[in-house]
Amino acid sequence: MKYAFFPGCSLDSTARDFRKSTEAVCERLGIELEEIPGWICCGSSPGHASNSTLAVALPVFNLLKAEPMGCDVVTTCAACYSRLRAANDEMSRESDLRQRVDEVMGTPYRGTVRVRHLLDVLVNDLGLELIRDYVERPLNGLKVAAYYGCLLTRPSKIVAFDDPEHPTALDRLLSAIGAKPVEWPAKVECCGAGLSLTSPDVMQRLTLGILEMAERAGAECLAVACPLCQSNLDLRQRESARAAGHDVSLPVLYFTQLLGLALGLEPERLGLNKLIVSPRRILERVSVAASR
Amino acid sequence: MENSKLEESVIEELERRPEMRISACYQCQKCASGCPIGFASDWLPSQIIRLILVGQAREVLSSRAIWLCLSCSACTARCPMGIDLAQVMDVLRRRAIEEGTVPATTPEAIFNESFLKSVRRHGRVYEIGMLTRFKMRSGAWMRDMEKFPTMVAKGKIALLPPKGSDYDAVRKIFERAEKDK
Repeated sequence: MKYAFFPGCSLDSTARDFRKSTEAVCERLGIELEEIPGWICCGSSPGHASNSTLAVALPVFNLLKAEPMGCDVVTTCAACYSRLRAANDEMSRESDLRQRVDEVMGTPYRGTVRVRHLLDVLVNDLGLELIRDYVERPLNGLKVAAYYGCLLTRPSKIVAFDDPEHPTALDRLLSAIGAKPVEWPAKVECCGAGLSLTSPDVMQRLTLGILEMAERAGAECLAVACPLCQSNLDLRQRESARAAGHDVSLPVLYFTQLLGLALGLEPERLGLNKLIVSPRRILERVSVAASR
Repeated sequence: MENSKLEESVIEELERRPEMRISACYQCQKCASGCPIGFASDWLPSQIIRLILVGQAREVLSSRAIWLCLSCSACTARCPMGIDLAQVMDVLRRRAIEEGTVPATTPEAIFNESFLKSVRRHGRVYEIGMLTRFKMRSGAWMRDMEKFPTMVAKGKIALLPPKGSDYDAVRKIFERAEKDK
């Protein structure tokens, strides 16, 4: 199974552990990732908030690069996923915008390269049966709050591989690897995204809300699928709790890190040492020999 | 642009695309109830629609609301009339910049500009470069500085600019796309 891999900017910086764990689990599961050569930033939120032509042209550049690779594109960043899919949507219909993008790119593109998120690929292409077969270290009933966030689930017509209000793909994956996903109401609530840098007090309230809900639901950790969500919930966990005079301590792992643990991979290979809120309790819970 | 001409042109721009026909809104408040930043905002999404329709777009174009909006698309997902409110917000942000109605100290607008500058230069975001520019322009110098040592120690931030992207292509894309505006 081969995919054209679009990592996105954060996977080489703040989300290095997402890249490490993604590559490790894909290798283990026989998913071949070939990185799109010369890929550029998808533009993320600043792109579409500033210039509609640029916002579509940047993703289209990457999709044109992926076209000759002859396979679906896979990405793990929720924003990149959203932007690549949105660009496909725009380019598949005739409009002034499509024409402008065609002119900018110098070559027509009609939204033909399929874009997938890794979660979708794992659950729907590989299938949970196969993943279950590869599990060497079932997660011991670890209670996990599956957090999807916004861009992976909305709007349906753009990202559509799960229900926008009550998605279950990540929950089902977690069950398949021996964890116990908790029932909780903040699955698709926004973490505050880029406001962490510009209006942090707003982000802190949103992030704390999510963490408190997970705690109340009995979660021992969160599983996330977006670099910015992970950053807000982990790097900014303490500041968000402090801002409201609360105390929270919940490890926030990428779903690929939890999957990697279940597949028997070593914590260092999954970048677990990069987490800010220590995952030590989690490692003990799933019987990984503590080396730190 | 003269007052009423601006208000009319905003309505016109929105009504042109079927998914942004805000005149379909009947004020059910689903967008307002689900908006995560509503508590911090000067206007709720439903109020923004109403303001535009009664010829008060200028109020919206100088608001905090359109910048606190983080495109979570909860509004779009829930609108019973199929209005893509998240896209409407994009249009309003772009218009606000064009019309010069963005309050000078809007950190989100400064952030967006810093982000895109970094992409234009490196083909991918160079966080340290982007943050330096953002901090310089917004004055938020000390924010997060206490986190920096930990992030470096854990290898959570690239110290050097990213390599490997098609620089020339990026520059060309920016030049052409910006000429269009």
